[in-house]
Amino acid sequence: MDALTRRRFLLASGVTGAGALAAGSLGLGFYELLKKSNGAPTAHHDPKLVLVTLYGGNDGLNTVVPYADPAYHSARPELAYAPEEALHLDDALGLNPALPGLKRLWDEKRLAIVLGVGYPKPDRSHFRSMDIWQSASPTGPVNTGWIGRWLDGTKAPVETAVSFEPVLPPLLVGRTRVGACVSYRGLTVPSWINAETVAALGHGEQGEPAMQARAAAAYADLISMERVVREAGNVSHAPDAGDAPEAPATGTGGDSALAAQLALVTRCVEAGVPTRVYSVSLGGFDTHASERVGQEYLFRQLDAAMTDFVTRMARTEAGRRVVVVVYSEFGRRVRANASDGTDHGTAGPVLVLGAGVTGGFYGEQPSLTDLDDGDLKATVDFREVFGTVLDSVLQADPAQYIDGYKGVSLPFIPPS
Amino acid sequence: MSAFAYLRFMADVALLLRRAGFGPTAAELAAATQTGYGPTVSGLFAPVGPDVGATDAPMPKLGLDPFARLLTPTPAQTEKAHAQRKSQLELISRWWLDRMVVAHHQAVEKLQFFWQGHWATKVGSAQLMLGQHKALRNSRDFVEMAHRMVGDRALVYWLDGQHNKKNAPNENLARELCELFLLGIGRYTEKDVKEAARALTGYRVALDKEELVFDPQHHDNGAKTILGKTADFNPRGLVDLLLKQPACPRFIATRLWYRYASSSEPVPEGVREAMAAQFPRPMAMLRALFEDEAFAETRGTMVKQPVEWFVGALRQLGLRPVRLKPEEFTRLYWALESLGQRPFAPPSVGGWPAGTAWLTSAAANVKLAIAKQLADLVDPSRLTPEDVAYLLCVDKWTDRTYAVLRGVREPRLLLTLGLVSPEYQVT
Repeated sequence: MDALTRRRFLLASGVTGAGALAAGSLGLGFYELLKKSNGAPTAHHDPKLVLVTLYGGNDGLNTVVPYADPAYHSARPELAYAPEEALHLDDALGLNPALPGLKRLWDEKRLAIVLGVGYPKPDRSHFRSMDIWQSASPTGPVNTGWIGRWLDGTKAPVETAVSFEPVLPPLLVGRTRVGACVSYRGLTVPSWINAETVAALGHGEQGEPAMQARAAAAYADLISMERVVREAGNVSHAPDAGDAPEAPATGTGGDSALAAQLALVTRCVEAGVPTRVYSVSLGGFDTHASERVGQEYLFRQLDAAMTDFVTRMARTEAGRRVVVVVYSEFGRRVRANASDGTDHGTAGPVLVLGAGVTGGFYGEQPSLTDLDDGDLKATVDFREVFGTVLDSVLQADPAQYIDGYKGVSLPFIPPS
Repeated sequence: MSAFAYLRFMADVALLLRRAGFGPTAAELAAATQTGYGPTVSGLFAPVGPDVGATDAPMPKLGLDPFARLLTPTPAQTEKAHAQRKSQLELISRWWLDRMVVAHHQAVEKLQFFWQGHWATKVGSAQLMLGQHKALRNSRDFVEMAHRMVGDRALVYWLDGQHNKKNAPNENLARELCELFLLGIGRYTEKDVKEAARALTGYRVALDKEELVFDPQHHDNGAKTILGKTADFNPRGLVDLLLKQPACPRFIATRLWYRYASSSEPVPEGVREAMAAQFPRPMAMLRALFEDEAFAETRGTMVKQPVEWFVGALRQLGLRPVRLKPEEFTRLYWALESLGQRPFAPPSVGGWPAGTAWLTSAAANVKLAIAKQLADLVDPSRLTPEDVAYLLCVDKWTDRTYAVLRGVREPRLLLTLGLVSPEYQVT
C-alpha cells in the first residue's frame, strides 16, 4: 500500500499514525481532563485555540456572499442570494442570511474574515483535501498534523490538545505525542448493574492487544463520565456557575452536535483546564443538491453555537483569551450544477472569532471572472492563517511547525 | 501435535470463523476443528449447493414504494408514506439480520455485508435499498457488480446521478466511482472525474420503474478523454475502462484486507498481489487472504463492527430476529443505530468506520443494554465463566475478566458480561 492510501486508511480507522501510543492517550475521560484544572481562574491564562472543522466542503460563496457582483448572480441564478437578502458587511460582501449572530459579532469587531483561503494545486477529494489542511502539508502526505508537531516540539502533556469529536482528527497527531479524544455521549451506567463490576472490566491487562485494552478503557471512561455528570455542579469555576451549560449526558443527535461540543469547551475553559487547543466539528456541508436548504440548516446551528460560545467566553478573563478558527476542506464550484447544488471547488473564507480578535476583512476576495477551470483562485495560503495562529495564540515559531510558511503574518490577532 | 501447537491451531480456526463469518457457534467451531483449517477455508469460500439455512429466511416482498403513485401528495399523504417507508426499512433490516443469523454459508453473508459497506448507500426507499441488495447478491463477480451498481437506482439517486445532465454535469457519482468504489484516491486526475461525469449524464430514477430511465436529450454524446483513452464513453464503457486499470484489483484487495484482516496494519505487498491475482472473483481473493500466513498475524487488531457483534451474539444464544416480539426487535434495531451501525444506513458514502471508532464510552453503555436484553431472552441454567467462554467461542479470558465473571452467580448477568467483555469485542 502506498503512503497515501495507508494514511487514508489510518485516518478512517481513527488510529492515525499513532500506533501503540494512541491506545493509552485515547482513553482520557472528560473527568480526568477536568481534574487537571489548576483551580485558579485568576492565575495567568495562556491563550487557547478552538478549531472548528466544517466537514464536507462548505460553499464559501454562499457564506460570505459577493452580492454586488453580477458574475455571482449569473453563475448560480437559483442559488444566489439577492442583494437585499445578504447581511451586508460592506458594499460588496455580505453574510448568509442564516448567520445573523455572526453579523452581530462582526458589528462588534469580534469577527475577522480571511478571504480566498486555499492552497496550491487544489485537490477535490474530501479526504485528501482535509488531510492537507490538517497536516498543513500540501506538497505531499505526512503522518503528522500541524498541532501534533507543535505537541511534539513543546513535549506537551496529553491534555494540551483535546478533541470532542467521536474520532481523533489527524490534526492532533504528532510523531511522539498525540492529543486526547474525549467522548461525551451516553454516559449513565444502567441501574441493573453494579458500577464496581463495570469499573472492573475497565482495567487494562499487561500484554493484551491494544484494541482490547481500548475496549476495556471505554468502561473506565464510562464510569469517569458518570461521576462528571453527577458532580457537574462542583467543577465549574465560572463566576456564574448557575447557568453553566450542562455537559450533555445522553445522545445529542449525532456528530453534528456542535453546541454540545462547545459546551464542553466552555466547561473546561472556565474550570481552568490547561488545554491549549480544542478541536470540534460540524458535518454535512457536501451540498451537491438543494444547497440553500441544507446549508442554511447547518448555518443556523453554526450561528447559534458560535454566537453563544463567543458571547459566553467574553465574560471571563480566561474566555477572553480564546480564539476560534472556522475552516472547511474546500469551497465549492462557482457555477451551480443542475441540482441546485455545487460540486467540489477550491478556496473559501476562514472565520476567526473571539474577544481578542481584531475584526474585519483580511486577504482579498477572489475574482469570479478570472477562474482556474471554473474554480476560484486562492488569494491567501492557508498556512499563513495557521502560521498566524501558531504565532499569536500558541506563541510558537510557525516556521518550525509549518513547512513552506512564508512569514506573512495576518494581523487578525494583535500581539499580547 | 503438541498441546501448545493444538491450542494454536484451535485459535487459528476460531479466528478464521470469526473473521470469515459473523461469529461461530460452539458446534460450528467444534466441527471446523475436526475438519481442519484448509478444508474449512474451502468450505467457507466455495460452499457446495444451496444454502439450506437461508431458505428459512425468504426475502420480504414490498410492492411499490409508497411515494410511487403520489404525484402531488397532500401533507397527510406525505406523512403516511414516510411512515410506511420507515417501517419497510425496518422490515428489510430485520429480514437481513435474520438471514445473517440462519445462513449456513456464513462467508457469503459476511461478504454481502462487506459490499453494502463498500458501495455505501443510504436512501429512504426500502424498495431501492432491497433492489441494490439483490443486485449485489446476484453478481457473479466484481465486474458484473460494478456494471450493476453504475445502473443501480439507489446508488445513482444517493449520489445525485439523476441530476447529472449534459448542460450541467454533477460529478458526485463519477468522483466516488473513481475514489471509493473502483480505483482509490490518487489513481486519476480531476480532469478524469469531470470527463467521467459526462459519460454518466442522462440517467434518472423513477420510483415505479425497475430500471434507470434514460433521457437521451440530457446525455452527452461527445468524445471524452478518461485516463488517457478517448471515446464516446457511456456508463458501460466507463466502468469497463476503470475495471481494466491495474489499480482496480489492488484497491479491492486492500479494501478486503481492511475489513477482514486489519484496519490498522497495512496489507503486505505479497498478500495484496496474491489477492489481486484472483480478481474479479471476491471469494477467491478472500481465500488467498485466509490461506496466507500473514493472516494469523493480524489477531487482536480488529474491533467487531456493531452488526458483527450483534449477529454473532444472536447465533451463539440461539436467537432469531424474526422470532422476537416486534417491539423487542424495534428496540434492538434503534440500539444498533445508537451504536452507529443500522443496516442499510451507513453514515456517509465513505462507509462505516473501523477500529477504535467503535470503542467509545457511549457505545460501551449501549452494548450493556443490548447484551442484557439478549441475555434476558434466553433461559440459561447454571453457568461458569468457562461455560460462557465455550458458548461465545472466546479463546481465553484475561485475568481481569475472569475475576469479574467468577464473582457473578446469576447466569444471565454472566452471559451479559461475557457479551460486553473486551475479549468478545476484538478478534
